[in-house]
Amino acid sequence: MKFKLNEETCSGCRTCQAICSLVHFEKVNPKLGALKIDAHFPEPGAYTIRHCTQCGACAAACPLQAIEERNGVYRVVPEKCVRCGACVDACPHGVIFLHAEIPYAVKCDNCGECIRICPRVALMDEEGEVANDVRL
Amino acid sequence: MFGYNGKLLRVNLTEKRSSVEEIPEKIARDYIGGRGFVARYLWDEIRPGTDPLSPENKIVIATGPLSGVFLPSSGKIEFGTKSPHTGGYADSNMGGHLSSELKLAGYDMVIIEGKSEKPVFLFIDDDRVEIRDASAYWGMGALSSEKKLKEDLGEEFQIAVIGPAGERGVTFSCISHDFGRQAGRAGVACVMGAKGLKAMAVRGTKTVPVAEPGKLLEKSRSMYRAIYEIPAFHTWTPYGTADITSFINENGAFPTKNFSRGFFEKAGEITGQKLREKIHVKDKGCFGCPIPCGKYSRVTYKGDTRYVEGPEYETIALVGGNCLIGDIAEIGYINYWMDEYGVDTISGGNVIGFALECIEKGIIPAEAVEGRELKFGDPDSVLYLLEKIVRKEGIGEILSQGVRKAAEILGKGSERFAIHVKGLEVSGYEPRNAAGMLLAYMTSDIGAHHGRAWAITYDIAVGRYEVKGKAEKVIDLQHIRPVIDMLTVCRFPWIELGFPLEEYEEVFKFVTGLDWGWKEFKKVGERVYNLTRAFNIREIKGFGRKDDYPPKRFYEEPLEGEGPTAGQHVSLEVLDAMLDDYYSLRGWTKDGRPTKEKLEELDLGFVSRELESI
Ligand code: SF4
Ligand code: SF4
Ligand code: SF4
Repeated sequence: MKFKLNEETCSGCRTCQAICSLVHFEKVNPKLGALKIDAHFPEPGAYTIRHCTQCGACAAACPLQAIEERNGVYRVVPEKCVRCGACVDACPHGVIFLHAEIPYAVKCDNCGECIRICPRVALMDEEGEVANDVRL
Repeated sequence: MFGYNGKLLRVNLTEKRSSVEEIPEKIARDYIGGRGFVARYLWDEIRPGTDPLSPENKIVIATGPLSGVFLPSSGKIEFGTKSPHTGGYADSNMGGHLSSELKLAGYDMVIIEGKSEKPVFLFIDDDRVEIRDASAYWGMGALSSEKKLKEDLGEEFQIAVIGPAGERGVTFSCISHDFGRQAGRAGVACVMGAKGLKAMAVRGTKTVPVAEPGKLLEKSRSMYRAIYEIPAFHTWTPYGTADITSFINENGAFPTKNFSRGFFEKAGEITGQKLREKIHVKDKGCFGCPIPCGKYSRVTYKGDTRYVEGPEYETIALVGGNCLIGDIAEIGYINYWMDEYGVDTISGGNVIGFALECIEKGIIPAEAVEGRELKFGDPDSVLYLLEKIVRKEGIGEILSQGVRKAAEILGKGSERFAIHVKGLEVSGYEPRNAAGMLLAYMTSDIGAHHGRAWAITYDIAVGRYEVKGKAEKVIDLQHIRPVIDMLTVCRFPWIELGFPLEEYEEVFKFVTGLDWGWKEFKKVGERVYNLTRAFNIREIKGFGRKDDYPPKRFYEEPLEGEGPTAGQHVSLEVLDAMLDDYYSLRGWTKDGRPTKEKLEELDLGFVSRELESI
């Protein structure tokens, strides 16, 4: 799965964040969503989406090798992570973060749930593995 | 309690102090949240006879059990107070992202008390609560202050803010959020202004406890998917509320020229399609919403370009039809200034329509408007009056109190076309030939607001002149709608897409752990409707049947102009018959007072006792 965006249609609804937190943590807490929506109002009236590109910058920065790569996806190993925040500083998109309720750094694992649910098809899978629930 | 934080934040602006209190489980069960919490806390906490603009009045801000939850359109928040506009019960809700943010900050409710001598704003960052100086924002427009607050605090803060209209005591001023969402009706913003409270800024990061997160995920996902399969998901969403303009106009129910007509020849120029074609920039949604009705637009008028969310249908009806403005960009431009000043566009358009008729009839003399030739259909006339209202200068001072008070002051028969019920200006449906809608306006607790029971489509479906069955339908809608506002979800998936209400039962169960159905929900709806009726009886001297009548224009003057309803009107006999039917079905007396038995049946014995003592 590889993110493809259509920011033009994003309505800023944050459904993507809400499902992400529920799927990964069984928590109702959109702030745990592993992608970020930035609103640009009153001008020009736009939303931009920040998502993980699986670039690995976080893994490279981690002093404890707590972020491991498998099949092109970087995952945090909870047992190894000490919440030092080196990855947070290294991420070029600001999408790996620490949250008071989670004992390790949080990031996207490419599950594709946000793409499936996005009501606006603002998120898509460039590789076509993940289908959108909305049929255009 | 699953689905709740179980906490309310109490803020006293006089003492500059805040505290956190528990919300009793019994209150959560009996009133669910949102509008129910507002109704109950206002009843309990406002001393009878309180002056709405005094420090003793309070503002209750409430989320519901579904706020912030992964679920279609779960982004509404309720504001309530004793209204300075009507003198009675008021609540008003808005969408956006404040509801989820406040819930994530760990509170279900905020209660604002007292009054600050200097302008302040309320800062909430999870557990950190501060009353901060707002002198840098006071005097600024609502949209401009939101922009500045976000620049100063961080984009992720969600802001509710008032504009100059609220600061200066325009009684139909509105609270603004997310650059275009408003809690507009009955003057909640005016009470904020009287308390010296410019804004509330919230950031929350905490998890909301729910009973069964796994089942919630599956259920909600299936709700989104079901919505995606409804044809209107694709056809309604691009236009949002403005989609309905042509339908309402073709049915002769479009408020036109201060509700003297039901049909506007230029309505074809101010539809959702025209909005999309000419001024649309962006579709903008509330939290969790798959059908973003917010149409963010860019409008230029006489070389001045502004960004505005909308215009929404209600603005199109009241600023458009009602003031005879037949151009979508002109309506958008006026909408921008109403938003920036912080004026409710429904009451605003209605008040200005009233003023223009008074000018046309010579009731407001030319000297009162500096000798200008103000007329219907002229954006500059509307903008001129708007500015006078916000500045409370000259005629604006009179108009800034709404049409009921303005007509009292102006006299000369103007009360017949002061289009309000209980002091609240009628919203965007001409009800003269929609008996159910008219009854809904008449019996709405906050005054004439369409959102309390949107009966117009039922009228059109079953026959608009038909009176039988209308009271029953209106009552049913008046019990459903509060529930939606208590859960704090949006009504549009149900109203506009026909998404079944039953779908909310399971999701409510997975969130709260309670196995409730609409039977239980509607009982709460009825409880709240009776409670707010009682609030009006307690707070408004001599309140009763007489307060449920619409302006004479509606039952004595046939509709002028063109369209299918021209020449029609409802008679006083019909009104009386509907009211009798309505009261008796509700278990109220002929004067519109809930009986002791009815109140006790609804677990409102404490209300009955208090009413007996006055
Ligand atoms: S779910 Fe889609 S439309 Fe909504 S905020 Fe996320 S990316 Fe944007
Ligand atoms: S979290 Fe940031 S740094 Fe890590 S892989 Fe994703 S984009 Fe790269
Ligand atoms: S792909 Fe999965 S983990 Fe990544 S942001 Fe979307 S829902 Fe979250």
